Amino acid sequence: MSLTLTLHTQPTVPLEADAIAPERLEGMTPDQISAVALQYGNQRAQIGDFFKVEGTCNGEIRVAGDASRVKRMGSGMTRGKIVIEGDAGMHLGAGMAGGEIRVEGDAGEWLGAEMSGGRITVTGNAGHMVGSALRGTRKGVEGGEIIVHGNAGNEVGSGMRRGLIAIGGDSGDFTGVNMLAGTVVVLGRLGWRTGAGMKRGTIVSAQPAELLPTFFYACAYRPVALRLVLAHLRNLGLPVTDAQLTGRYRRWSGDGVELSKGEILLLDVS
Amino acid sequence: MQINGIPVADTFAEAFAMWGARVLITAENEKWAQAAARTMTGFATSVIGCKCEAGIERTVPAAETPDGRPGVAVLLFAMDSAGVGKRLVERIGQCVMTCPTTACYNGLTAEESVMVGGALRFFGDGYQASKLLDGRRYWRVPVMDGEFLVEERFGVQKAVGGGNLLILGDDTAAALAAAEAAVAAMQQVPGVILPFPDGVVRSGSKVGSRYKALIASTNDAYCPSLRAVAPNTQLPEDVGCVLEIVIDGLDLPAVEEAMRRGLQAVARPGIRQISAGNYGGNLGQFKIGLHALLNGAGETA
Repeated sequence: MSLTLTLHTQPTVPLEADAIAPERLEGMTPDQISAVALQYGNQRAQIGDFFKVEGTCNGEIRVAGDASRVKRMGSGMTRGKIVIEGDAGMHLGAGMAGGEIRVEGDAGEWLGAEMSGGRITVTGNAGHMVGSALRGTRKGVEGGEIIVHGNAGNEVGSGMRRGLIAIGGDSGDFTGVNMLAGTVVVLGRLGWRTGAGMKRGTIVSAQPAELLPTFFYACAYRPVALRLVLAHLRNLGLPVTDAQLTGRYRRWSGDGVELSKGEILLLDVS
Repeated sequence: MQINGIPVADTFAEAFAMWGARVLITAENEKWAQAAARTMTGFATSVIGCKCEAGIERTVPAAETPDGRPGVAVLLFAMDSAGVGKRLVERIGQCVMTCPTTACYNGLTAEESVMVGGALRFFGDGYQASKLLDGRRYWRVPVMDGEFLVEERFGVQKAVGGGNLLILGDDTAAALAAAEAAVAAMQQVPGVILPFPDGVVRSGSKVGSRYKALIASTNDAYCPSLRAVAPNTQLPEDVGCVLEIVIDGLDLPAVEEAMRRGLQAVARPGIRQISAGNYGGNLGQFKIGLHALLNGAGETA
């Protein structure tokens, strides 16, 4: 039987809930889970103070209710699955190394920040800093996948080192800023200053974009590697069209202020 | 024992332990996927002279390939896993990477793997890049038509080489017709290839030679022109042509199934006997008895 946590009391300040991860609640009775400590503002609290606990954790946790003020769920998790039936708060899945998180709603800022494995899927929108490096660090995502079906805010994939981030809608400014490697796919529009400071890696958009002058046009072609990536995303449920899958992409190399080994691929709609 | 009134010799095919890999080649259309596959499997009839044995396993519909383009599956065999790796690097590098629009993927899930794309990437001279997707790394090597995409590692597994059938016919026409029918039937079996030209070999060999430099020489026991002089001729009267079909497979059941289908298909008018080649059971690890195959059993020893 999976564990269901139903929010009965809405936090008025952020609730730090990194205890909500499959490996941390496995083998506990509902009473033990209710007594697990959380940080609530500057006070100590327990899961039971905010959630109705039903069942036991067999590797899967379901969180029901508006958890947009519940932070850090699944952070650092290495296995199992979390399904959030509603919105999720900041730092969801931050630093996770394995397992799966699915949000049937929106997710807050710092989604999957510095994660190294596993997969996060958000059916709605996500805030700023999706899969990015934390302030003061240079490396963002080092592995795993983040799939956002809606829009995302600024600095998607900042400092990304490896892995795949896909945004079904639009992304904000500075997408892929300071990327070291990895892949960011945006099916909608890119914001300003895409790829600023990127060394390597790939940023893809299915829409035209105005790029920084430190990116240089190379050619229009059909990179087979991109077909693999897009087919993979389609299999994961992202609405990749045939035109996007098989189309020609205009390749821009950059950022010229760095190694110029990065690339921005824009679907050729001409 | 007979099939359709044609005698089947009470003997066995002596097969060998090898290592195999499956390569999936895709391209913009089937013509170019086939071109790369044909080139890669050229000069790969026998490990004796070619260092590996390779052939086309099947065409793969676009819907079944990783990049959604038409594909061709190739099997390659060598005597050890390191040998498979070396031959893959050579042949994918020279025959697939050179072919317009192709990409090349591992087609075998196995516990062991060898580095292929990870070696070929250096052709990119520092401009190469990789993508890691679902735990598999792919190298993008810049080439003049865009990029050559090749998977970093290819699975290798223990395999079986040297399954065979000998078709003893009245004349060339009868033996060829029977061999062609057998090849058509055997090529339907997944996991096997017939590495000789269109699946058929006429220059069957025996181990050793009177000439010290040669490790193999003509199989005089099955040469019709030597029936009167060869000390150990195995040919009945009126046999004017012998053709052999050699089978390599990713596992023994696949080789056995191919031989079983071949036996049925080869039993046609003009065939005097169906037999198999062996070395007295002293060299190969597998003995595939023809009678046992027809009785539904597998390896006899």
